[in-house]
Amino acid sequence: MNQSMNAAMDAGRDPWLPEGFDPAAPILSCVNLNKSYIPARPVLHNLNISLTGGKIVGLLGPNGCGKSTLLKLVSGILVPDSGTIEICGIPRSEATNSLISFLPERTYFNSWMRVEQLIEYFSDFFADFDEAMARKMLSDLSIDTSAKLKTLSKGNKEKVQLVLVMSRRARLYLLDEPIGGVDPAARDYILSTIIGSYNPDAAVIITTHLIHDIEPVLDEFAFMGFGGRILLDGVADEVRAEKGKTLDELFREVFRC
Amino acid sequence: MAWQFSSRAPVYLQICSRIRADILGGVYRPDEQIPSVRQLALVAGVNPNTMQRAFTVLEAEQLFITRGTLGRFITTDTEVLERAREIMRHETVARLVEEAAAVGITPAELIEGIRAYEESFPASEAEPTTDTAGEPSPDTPHT
Repeated sequence: MNQSMNAAMDAGRDPWLPEGFDPAAPILSCVNLNKSYIPARPVLHNLNISLTGGKIVGLLGPNGCGKSTLLKLVSGILVPDSGTIEICGIPRSEATNSLISFLPERTYFNSWMRVEQLIEYFSDFFADFDEAMARKMLSDLSIDTSAKLKTLSKGNKEKVQLVLVMSRRARLYLLDEPIGGVDPAARDYILSTIIGSYNPDAAVIITTHLIHDIEPVLDEFAFMGFGGRILLDGVADEVRAEKGKTLDELFREVFRC
Repeated sequence: MAWQFSSRAPVYLQICSRIRADILGGVYRPDEQIPSVRQLALVAGVNPNTMQRAFTVLEAEQLFITRGTLGRFITTDTEVLERAREIMRHETVARLVEEAAAVGITPAELIEGIRAYEESFPASEAEPTTDTAGEPSPDTPHT
């Protein structure tokens, strides 16, 4: 009873929440996930993940280990060969798209569009999009909203995309290399944006190679090896206490070439 | 500018040390209100859960006291502040001893070194070293 009451309250607050939304369920639950692009060469093999709200998780691993593939599966860009994905208790489907805010590794925006048009685009598509927040962040980053995307530098394009993605009130944020191409000052701003939009009902998954930079921001981490196997995962601070090493040092040790 | 977390210790413990140092160093004065977990997490550039964990430790040490809905304040209890000073002393010594041991300096040599340093640079009249830095002359005008 309690659960259904909570669900009703949640639905009242966020009318766009899809049917079947269960606030008590894990934000993300993957069971026995398999995916391969070439037969007999699995990228993800029987992967299991359960992620609760209020967590910022770092998904860390060498190039080509399947991090982006996992995010693409969860966001629905790719379809798993087998296994299930649930978001807030709802099987992955079009309905769950309203719960997920995805920053892909590459931009999918049309380069002829102006930043202004992209804001409209997001307002049209996502009921949870906070336009005022997006505008404030863009002005903090000194991005001209009348500029066409193709006139912006790589870093500025990435900033625009990240601002739009973070301006949604989603339950699950999937950020694929959010700070890779931006300057250190913008990196600080972006990380503080991620911290600032922290919400106990939402979870954030970040993939990156800049472990040192995001280390203080992470609650939990998972080291992903080839074949999508989770080699090591846990609470970031506990590992530091236990091993006497930073995540960055541990990563270099686990994945020594 | 986010705080720097250079040591390998858990981040929440590094935050605790930093805040203790800020209190003892006068950045926060006794009875002063402390920013909220979220605000301070933003300033420090850390996860709010991590900041919360640090706050829990400092509350257990009674350095932070909660006044109902008003928020958290720095204690005025001199005994508690003295205890925090003791923790800082311990941490500083531990760091020093560890660093010295790494290059083969024994604690006894450290103590000796500290005495010699104190004689050449009395703490109260610590003057900027205008002459050759790092090489204090054996016969200082003081003492």
